[in-house]
Amino acid sequence: MEVPLLEARGIGRQHREGTSWLLRDVSLAIRTGDRIALTGPTGSGKTVFLRSLAMLDAVDEGAVLWQAEPVVADEVPVYRSQGIYLTQRARLFDGTVEKNLQLPYSLAVHRHRHYSRDNIVSYLDHLGRDEQFLMLDSANLSGGETQIVALLRVIQLDPTILLLDEPTASLDEGTTQQIEELVSEWMSVVDSRRAFVWVTHDAAQADRVANRTLQLRDGQLIELESNP
Amino acid sequence: MKSYVELSALQVGAAALLILVNAAISLALRLRLERSLLIASVRTILQLLLIGLVLQWVFRVEQIIIVVALLSIMTGIAGYTAFTRSAHAYTGMLLDTMVAVWASSWFVLAFAMFAVLQGSRSWHDPQYAIPLLGMILGNTLNGITLGLAGVLDGFRSGRDQIETLLTLGATRWEAARASIQKALTTAMTPIINSMMVVGIVSLPGMMTGQLLSGVEPMETVKYQIVIMFLIASATALGSVGVVLLAYRRLFNRHHQFRYDAIRRRDERRTRE
Repeated sequence: MEVPLLEARGIGRQHREGTSWLLRDVSLAIRTGDRIALTGPTGSGKTVFLRSLAMLDAVDEGAVLWQAEPVVADEVPVYRSQGIYLTQRARLFDGTVEKNLQLPYSLAVHRHRHYSRDNIVSYLDHLGRDEQFLMLDSANLSGGETQIVALLRVIQLDPTILLLDEPTASLDEGTTQQIEELVSEWMSVVDSRRAFVWVTHDAAQADRVANRTLQLRDGQLIELESNP
Repeated sequence: MKSYVELSALQVGAAALLILVNAAISLALRLRLERSLLIASVRTILQLLLIGLVLQWVFRVEQIIIVVALLSIMTGIAGYTAFTRSAHAYTGMLLDTMVAVWASSWFVLAFAMFAVLQGSRSWHDPQYAIPLLGMILGNTLNGITLGLAGVLDGFRSGRDQIETLLTLGATRWEAARASIQKALTTAMTPIINSMMVVGIVSLPGMMTGQLLSGVEPMETVKYQIVIMFLIASATALGSVGVVLLAYRRLFNRHHQFRYDAIRRRDERRTRE
């Protein structure tokens, strides 16, 4: 059997005071082609789990393995450039939309690559927007537009795994559909080597986007459905 | 002949009478400050007499160990004060503040004693070492406090930006840099401002003191110039030190931002 792309092996996260567990002994192997919907009641630890996968927080137990290997400290930024976490309160920086899209290329890990406006414009075409959108001030965008820019900022970097934390939680139907299409398109380009985990409260959305549905309940991960 | 008027106890008492003006104002306007004024006056007299006695003894015995002990106590109090003034804290902050205050002030003091004041009798001559360190600490404390408070505030309020950068593959330094730069600018601004206006808006305390004790104005100016540079460099070193130490604690080797490690101080300790 092929090596999982990303694997959580018995991970646990404690409450800050160390008195109780937010998450305990959770394991998950994510393979290429996996479109995983992660559901579960509020406070069940979905965000905590996703942040652990993105190595944004230290785990108190277990390990996160990238292509079957633990990621050494120095390589964490490189890992995060391939397994990208998108929070539901994605943050844009001051300046235009285009400035925000160029921002990742100023980081050491992406410095060998170049921002491509053509690439972005082709995405915008699909979304029914033109080049003018790039000149808008990020402060004047709606919640949906902000989320779309945040997603484009990530997708243009060709990540291998997307860790999406309720990316459409507060968005209208139309924008939700656009986000779903963007992710689906990114996934289908080289389907054989990509995967995503999508946290959602919406069962219908889980059906639409996923080929595996998991539920996190009381710190336990249950596989509900799998039809690859 | 002495070049200044030596004060008798009676003359000092005459100045103390001026506090009655404050008392009268407080009574007339019902400010209810009489009690505080009394305590403050008594403390002023007692504390200064006490430090006077200590200094007189230290100056007389002139032993390295005693001078170093006094310098250490002064530095320790300054470090602790910087630690208590921040509204937020993290585990290990007291040590970080102490290290920053200690390293910056003693480095600059050593430079002053060895490289600048070569005419003094020894590197630990209390006549120079103690007032110089006092002035360095008194002025750098502000910069260190501002730097620490600024960086903790920047990390807290900038959490979303910092984490957004980390998720995109930023190193911890790339993610923290904006907050660090802002905190250091804030920390350095007051000393730069006071260098801009020194001698125009007011005469610095040390210069005033030297003038009162009969030193030639041009001599006092030279000393003041030295002091300004000592303070400026100690402020820079101290605030950079404390900010970088805080950064090392709050961002671990795995490029993770330990937001939860910053906690709010309870009200009582903040006010102290």
